[in-house]
Amino acid sequence: MTVLERYEPLVDDPATFYAACERPLPAVVRVNTIKTTVEQARAALEEVGIAYEATDWHPGVLRLPDAQPGANWPYVHGWLHGQEEVSAVPAEVLAPQPGERVWDACAAPGSKTTQLAALMDDEGLVVATDDNMGRVSALRSNTERLGVTNIAVTVEDARNHSLKPFSSQADEPGPTTADGAMYDRALVDVPCSCEGTVRKNPDVLDEWELDQVEGIAGVQKGILRRAVQATRAGGTVVYSTCTFAPEENEAVLEYAIAEEPCEIVPFDLPLDASPGITEWQGETYDDSVTRAKRIYPHQNDTGGFFCAKLEVTG
Amino acid sequence: MAPDDADGDAMQDNHSDRFDRLPTTADERVVEGRPTRAAVLSWWNERFGIDPAVFEPYSFWERGAGKIWIFYGDLASPVDVDGLGMMALRTRQEHWKPTLEAVQRFGGHATTNCIHLPRPAAATFLAGEDQELDWDGDWGYLIVTHELAGEPEPLGVGLYVHDELRSMVPKGRRRELG
Ligand SMILES: C[S@@+](CC[C@H](N)C(=O)[O-])C[C@H]1O[C@@H](n2cnc3c(N)ncnc32)[C@H](O)[C@@H]1O
Repeated sequence: MTVLERYEPLVDDPATFYAACERPLPAVVRVNTIKTTVEQARAALEEVGIAYEATDWHPGVLRLPDAQPGANWPYVHGWLHGQEEVSAVPAEVLAPQPGERVWDACAAPGSKTTQLAALMDDEGLVVATDDNMGRVSALRSNTERLGVTNIAVTVEDARNHSLKPFSSQADEPGPTTADGAMYDRALVDVPCSCEGTVRKNPDVLDEWELDQVEGIAGVQKGILRRAVQATRAGGTVVYSTCTFAPEENEAVLEYAIAEEPCEIVPFDLPLDASPGITEWQGETYDDSVTRAKRIYPHQNDTGGFFCAKLEVTG
Repeated sequence: MAPDDADGDAMQDNHSDRFDRLPTTADERVVEGRPTRAAVLSWWNERFGIDPAVFEPYSFWERGAGKIWIFYGDLASPVDVDGLGMMALRTRQEHWKPTLEAVQRFGGHATTNCIHLPRPAAATFLAGEDQELDWDGDWGYLIVTHELAGEPEPLGVGLYVHDELRSMVPKGRRRELG
């Protein structure tokens, strides 16, 4: 059985699912509204003769059918960032506001970090954490290229994330008075087994192993748990992966709602998606996991994705 | 702890580094040689005509001798993190030098020492190449602009000396665009 066949029982139309997984993805860019506007960026692409197609759900996410994102004038001005279409979903679902405090728990190389900063008009604070130094260098290069100033970067295991560096006199006390204030929102875009990226990188399927799924699920649970703990009551946490594996998706949510004061909440998504599933290989999950969204490659001609929105209750 | 007890470039990737907020004025200075916030604001104003009000929401930090970072808002100093806002300025040498990223982000507010290039000259500059050009203004670091989507847009930093514009575009940001 191939890795994708494992998920056949979950998809409505396996033949179109397999066919979509075989097709390469077009290059996609997101307009960086810290440095320009959607209108200006589109005008610049027209001026330099790069064809684009607007996606029908996001005016600033543009498909480039004939070009690579990185070699053109609007790119060198930091007006564009190459980012897969579904990868632009979780920051929109988190919807951070200017002036808020936001944690990006698995941030490198910063596609979503820079999108969060742009949604906040580069005001407030984004703390971007990753445990991989090399990937953090790429993150810093991206945040600087895109002109982000409201960011602090930490290299650490997100499971042990400390709020200590982020205190200031004006802050409300955090969990202890020496700590910085808790977050208004957190994005938990965890490492995963990545079958959803098969259209970009077919090798992911060869590298896939069930043992790894189980190991990585432990890390995902630890990171999501820390994010809920570090977010204030009433705050929002978004959990996202690019895997179809229920062990890394619904099972991780099930763990979080059992262990921490939070609940899975519904959200609107302007893309076709399927609900989270409540049964998988003999396991059953809480009904509220159906509020999460599974995005399969054939539904919107994108990569595969999973996204859930949680509210912290206590 | 003096910030200049290690080499700046080595510190870039040093994990346990910390950021120290610039003192507001010379009276508050505790580390010798550290520029003040007042000096940084007047430098942007004198060199490029950028109104100090533009920088009001931001704090300035030093990590590595003479490397000045700009950060939206403020935090209690020092901060032990691996990155804070963006590197904006190098103040170690006699002539302070802004970064390409800071110029792209804030250079739109500049009114002096901006050199506007037509597209072919902008491409030469972006490729990292020096070129002979006429310029009536001051020698030293200039903000290089060119027109994109109908507006002059800041592209990077050039050094004008001896009738020549030297490209300061860092290697990783260079591109060959025809
Ligand atoms: C899916 S990628 C994140 C992509 C990123 N959010 C973006 O949009 O560009 C997952 C990241 O998690 C990081 N990571 C893995 N384990 C971690 C841990 N325990 N703590 C923090 N980061 C971790 C990896 O280095 C990797 O960069």
